[in-house]
Amino acid sequence: MKAFIHHFEYEFRTGIRNKQLLLMNYLFPLGFYLMMGFVMASINPPFREDIIPAMVVFAVLAAAFLGIPDPLVNAREKGIYRSYKINGVPATSILIIPALTTMLHLIIVATIMTISAPLLFNAPLPQSWLSFVLTFIALAFACTGMAVLIGVVSPNSRMTVLWSQLVFVPSMLLGGLMFPYSMLPGVAGKIAQLLPATQAMNAFNGLAMGKVADFSPWGSVLSLLVCGLLAFALSVYLFSWDRRNTDRRGHPLLALLVLLPYVAGILAAL
Amino acid sequence: MSEPVIEVRDYRKTYGDVVAVHGISFNVMAGEIFGLLGPNGAGKTTTLEALEGLRSPDSGSLTVAGIDPVREPGKLRNLVGVQLQSAGLPESITPDEAMRFFCAYHGIVPRFDLLERLGLSDKRKAQFGELSTGQQRRLSLALAVAHNPRVLFLDEPTAGLDVATRVELHDLMRELQADGTTIVLATHDMAEAEEMSDRVAILLRGRIADMGSPLEITATGASLTKISVHTETASLAVPDLVLPAVDRRATVDEYDIFFSTDIGPTVSAIIARIESQEDTLIDLRVERPSLEDRFLEITQTGGVR
Repeated sequence: MKAFIHHFEYEFRTGIRNKQLLLMNYLFPLGFYLMMGFVMASINPPFREDIIPAMVVFAVLAAAFLGIPDPLVNAREKGIYRSYKINGVPATSILIIPALTTMLHLIIVATIMTISAPLLFNAPLPQSWLSFVLTFIALAFACTGMAVLIGVVSPNSRMTVLWSQLVFVPSMLLGGLMFPYSMLPGVAGKIAQLLPATQAMNAFNGLAMGKVADFSPWGSVLSLLVCGLLAFALSVYLFSWDRRNTDRRGHPLLALLVLLPYVAGILAAL
Repeated sequence: MSEPVIEVRDYRKTYGDVVAVHGISFNVMAGEIFGLLGPNGAGKTTTLEALEGLRSPDSGSLTVAGIDPVREPGKLRNLVGVQLQSAGLPESITPDEAMRFFCAYHGIVPRFDLLERLGLSDKRKAQFGELSTGQQRRLSLALAVAHNPRVLFLDEPTAGLDVATRVELHDLMRELQADGTTIVLATHDMAEAEEMSDRVAILLRGRIADMGSPLEITATGASLTKISVHTETASLAVPDLVLPAVDRRATVDEYDIFFSTDIGPTVSAIIARIESQEDTLIDLRVERPSLEDRFLEITQTGGVR
C-alpha cells in the first residue's frame, strides 16, 4: 500500500510538473472553457445552459485522450516498464495510477469550472448534485479506461495520436458539446452513441441539469461504467512489458470490445 | 566461490528466423564477478534479459539463486538488482522520488546514503531528464543496489562515467563482492572486464567463444608476449641475433623489442646475452597479451569453443 501511495504521489506531481500533462490537464481545458464562455455564450446565449456539463466533458476528453496514452507508450518504448517489472511494480499499478491521478486533476478542474461558470457566465448550476457527480465519475472512469487501453494497444507514439484523435475529434463534433444531440441526423446520432461524450451529455441533461434526455440517461451511466470496467480489464489483459509491444496475450483488436455496452444500448433502443 | 548461484543450461533464444543464442551453458559461482563480453549482437543482452526474467527461453533452463526467473519473478525481485543499459526511469522523476518509489516496492527504507555516496547529493531534487548521462547511470546503479541484492546485473555500468566516478563504482563493486554479492557484468570495456572479473565468457554470434579467468583466456590465445629491453651498450641490437621462442623483433627509440611465444627461454637468453657481452641492463618490461588482444583475436577469427 505504501508503494502504491508513493507511486500515486509521484504520478500526481508529474501531472503538474510535466509541461505536456499540465497543458492537457489544466491549461487547455480551462483556456477553452474561458474562450467558449466568453465567445460562444455571447453569440449563442442558450449555450449558457450547457456550459458546465459541456466543458466538464471537454476537460475529461482532453485530459484522458490527449494526456494519458502518449506517456504510457513513451514509457514502454524507453524501457521503463522493464525496469518496473524487475523492481516488482505491478502492471495494474502502471495502468490504474495514471488514470486515478488524472481523475484527481479532473476533479480540481471540474470544480473550478462549476464554481466559476455561474459567476462568469451566468450559467445554471446542476439541479441534482448527486447525479452530476455520479455522471462525472462514470464519464471519467470510461474515458481514462479507454485512454489507458489506447496506450496499451498502440504500437508507437504516432499511432497513439491517431487512435486518440479518432475518439477525441468525433466526440467534440458529435458528442453534444457544441450543439444538441437531437440536431444530429439518424445515422450520425447512432454513431454518436458509440462515444462516451454523447452518453455523458445525455446523462448530465437527463439526470443532473433538469433537461430532457434524448435516450435513457440511466442507461448512459450504466454503459459508461461498463465501458470503463471493460477498458481496464482489457488493458490489464493486453498489457505488454516488452519495449516493442509484441509480447502480449491477445490481438489488439480485442480493444474494440470496449464499445460493446454502447452497441448494446443502441440495439436495445431499436 | 563454492556453489553456483546462476546456472544456465542449453539456453536457446530465437527472434523469428534469427537465432540470438544457440544453446549456451555456464555457471556463475557465489560471490564471483562474472564478465559477459561480446560485440554488438553477440547475445549478451538476450542472455541477461533471460536471467532477469524479462525474456523466456525457447529451450533450455536458467536459474538464479535456485529460482526460475520467468516462472517465479515475484520470488526473484528482492534477490536481484539490475542496472539496465537504457535509463529505465521517467524523465520527470527526481533521484529522491525514484529512491523512495523503488525502495517502497522492495519494502525497504529509502537508501538516500547511496545517492550521497555516488555523488548525487546536489542533484537529489533535479529531474532525471536534466541529469547528465553519468549521473543517470549512477542513479540507476544506486537503485539497483539499494535493496542489497544477492545477485547484481550490470549492463555497461561505467559507460559515460568520468574517471573518478568509475573508480568509485569499481570500489563499490568490490565492496559488494566482499559482502557476498554475485555480480554479472556485461561490458564492452575490456580493461574493466580484465580488472574486475574473476571469470569472463566471450560471446560471439550467440555462442560462447571462450570462458575462464582473464589470465586463462589471455594465455590460450595466439597473441605474443612483448619484451622490451634497454641496455647501456645496446648488446642486443644485432640484426642476426637469434633468441629462442622469438617470433619477430623491432626497435623503438633505445628499446629492442622481442615478440615471444614463450617468455621463460626468451628472457633467460636475453639476460645471458647481456652478461656475456658485459653490458648493463637499464630497463626490461614484459607485457602479456591483454584481454582486449584476445577478444579481438577471437572476434576476428570467429573462433568458437
